[in-house]
Amino acid sequence: MAAFPAILQSEWTKIRSVRSTVWTLALTFVVTLGLGALLSLLTNKNFAEFTRGETGPFDATRTAFSGIMLGELAIIVFGVLAIGNEYSSGMIRVSLAAVPQRGTLLVGKSVVLGALALAVSLVTAFVTFFVGQSLLGDHSTTIGAQHVLRAVVGAALYLTLLCLFSAGVTAMLHNQTLALGILVPFFFLLSPILSAVPKVKTLAHWFPDYAGSRMLLVYEQNDQPYGPWAGFGICLLWTLAALAGGALVLKKRDA
Amino acid sequence: MIELHQLTKRYGEKLAVQDLTFQVPRGVVTGFLGPNGAGKSTTMRMILDLDRPTSGRVVLDGKRYGQLQEPLKYIGALLEAKAVHPGRTAYDHLLWLAQSNRIPRRRVDEMLELVGLTSVARGRARGFSLGMGQRLGIASALLGDPEILMFDEPVNGLDPEGILWIRNLMKRLAAEGRTVFVSSHLMSEMALTADHLVVIGRGRLLADLPMAEFIRQNSRSAVRIRTPQVEQLLDALRGAGLRPQPGPDGAYEVEDGDLAALGDLAAKHGITLHELSPQQASLEEAFMQMTADSVEYHAGDGPSRASSPTRGEPPTESASAWGEGWQPKRKGN
Repeated sequence: MAAFPAILQSEWTKIRSVRSTVWTLALTFVVTLGLGALLSLLTNKNFAEFTRGETGPFDATRTAFSGIMLGELAIIVFGVLAIGNEYSSGMIRVSLAAVPQRGTLLVGKSVVLGALALAVSLVTAFVTFFVGQSLLGDHSTTIGAQHVLRAVVGAALYLTLLCLFSAGVTAMLHNQTLALGILVPFFFLLSPILSAVPKVKTLAHWFPDYAGSRMLLVYEQNDQPYGPWAGFGICLLWTLAALAGGALVLKKRDA
Repeated sequence: MIELHQLTKRYGEKLAVQDLTFQVPRGVVTGFLGPNGAGKSTTMRMILDLDRPTSGRVVLDGKRYGQLQEPLKYIGALLEAKAVHPGRTAYDHLLWLAQSNRIPRRRVDEMLELVGLTSVARGRARGFSLGMGQRLGIASALLGDPEILMFDEPVNGLDPEGILWIRNLMKRLAAEGRTVFVSSHLMSEMALTADHLVVIGRGRLLADLPMAEFIRQNSRSAVRIRTPQVEQLLDALRGAGLRPQPGPDGAYEVEDGDLAALGDLAAKHGITLHELSPQQASLEEAFMQMTADSVEYHAGDGPSRASSPTRGEPPTESASAWGEGWQPKRKGN
């Protein structure tokens, strides 16, 4: 069987040699940072107005990460395209002829995809946090404050897991247009709306994005069903399930 | 050596490939012929383990494809042109392929040079013509320096120069001792390249034999005679019990005639000959006859028609779709 390091090297060449990688990852960084910085600035200028009606303590970390909702969309698109472009171009048959061990191929792809997503997410999370805090002035927090480091690393893990989850779903659907058509409305519309509807929201609380985003909170919310690490676990399970499903479909299906 | 054992592929109700058993011999160009939709591409995908057979198996020197160590070093395939990410450069496309099978990077440059894409190697595949895509596909097939090469319709979309290039390339690869398995629906193309033939129709094996043997078995041969003394020639031929048929440009043809005997006959009667030449039917003609027969057979015609050839009857729908060329000639038989 083809050697695993060779597969990793090959997948790295694939991922770095298309422009969509640069665009989607740059967008993840710019959107997360830009929106977070903007909201941090506005919050600092109009603090009383912005925090009116808030019951808990002010979460400066969360304010800095205000842009993550949009940033996650960019990294989801990255995950979808990294897997999906092989299907749209028919290249999947060339890939499988080169590496007929289909499960190993998908693992190699996921490792490269995940490593790159994690690296970009970590940079994004830390830069966003520090820029946000510098703009929050007197209302800022520090990386050393309780749970803050966890929240910043959590933001990076959250983005990485959503990227890999989307990759797994794309491998299951073996069609990038379909995958985008399902994932984007799900994360952008369905999940946020459902988590706001009474009763239904207990279901929405088990969705990967809600679960994963628990890690970003420095102060736990009252109605939160589980803690940040449980949320991470649930999000991780979703991701592993999606990738396992993708591997299963890839193995079973004619290419 | 590629061996297919009772390979069968079913898509829902449709049997794309039925009970296909044949071997691709080493060191020659084997043409894989069949009308469009005969199951050629499906068969090739099953050889590469891309499509899973419903039953039967493919064995490559005793191994299944999935058991091959770094398969690109053993078998290289061109299945479809432009199976390339449109935003990736030709160089990077070959590079990731090379890396996946630990093929040295210099092979990438060598293959680009070989297929004549060096000047556009840094260009994204989006801007490639079909012919350039085809050349890139051939470069990927040759990348691992494999002993077996498989090409699915390689001349599609190529200009005459490109077709000539592929033809020579395949001959050269076979001359180097490699096994070349190439599919086509163009008979004229196969006639120029293939040494061995495998013909399928509707997913079934119709023929598996050397090219010359195929033509000998499936076609008529004739001797063409041209003379200014037409009446004397016809009298002489008829006198010898032969039945000359009018050929092109005032020539006559004698079915299954013997060159030497006809020459002697003309000399005996003092007839001047301007042409005395053997005529072999083209591969195209032979192929048309074969697929036409297979169409009749598979259409489930009654036993009376199946047992006696249907000469002179109107061609079946498929047969007429296949060749306009052969029918008039056969009427003359």
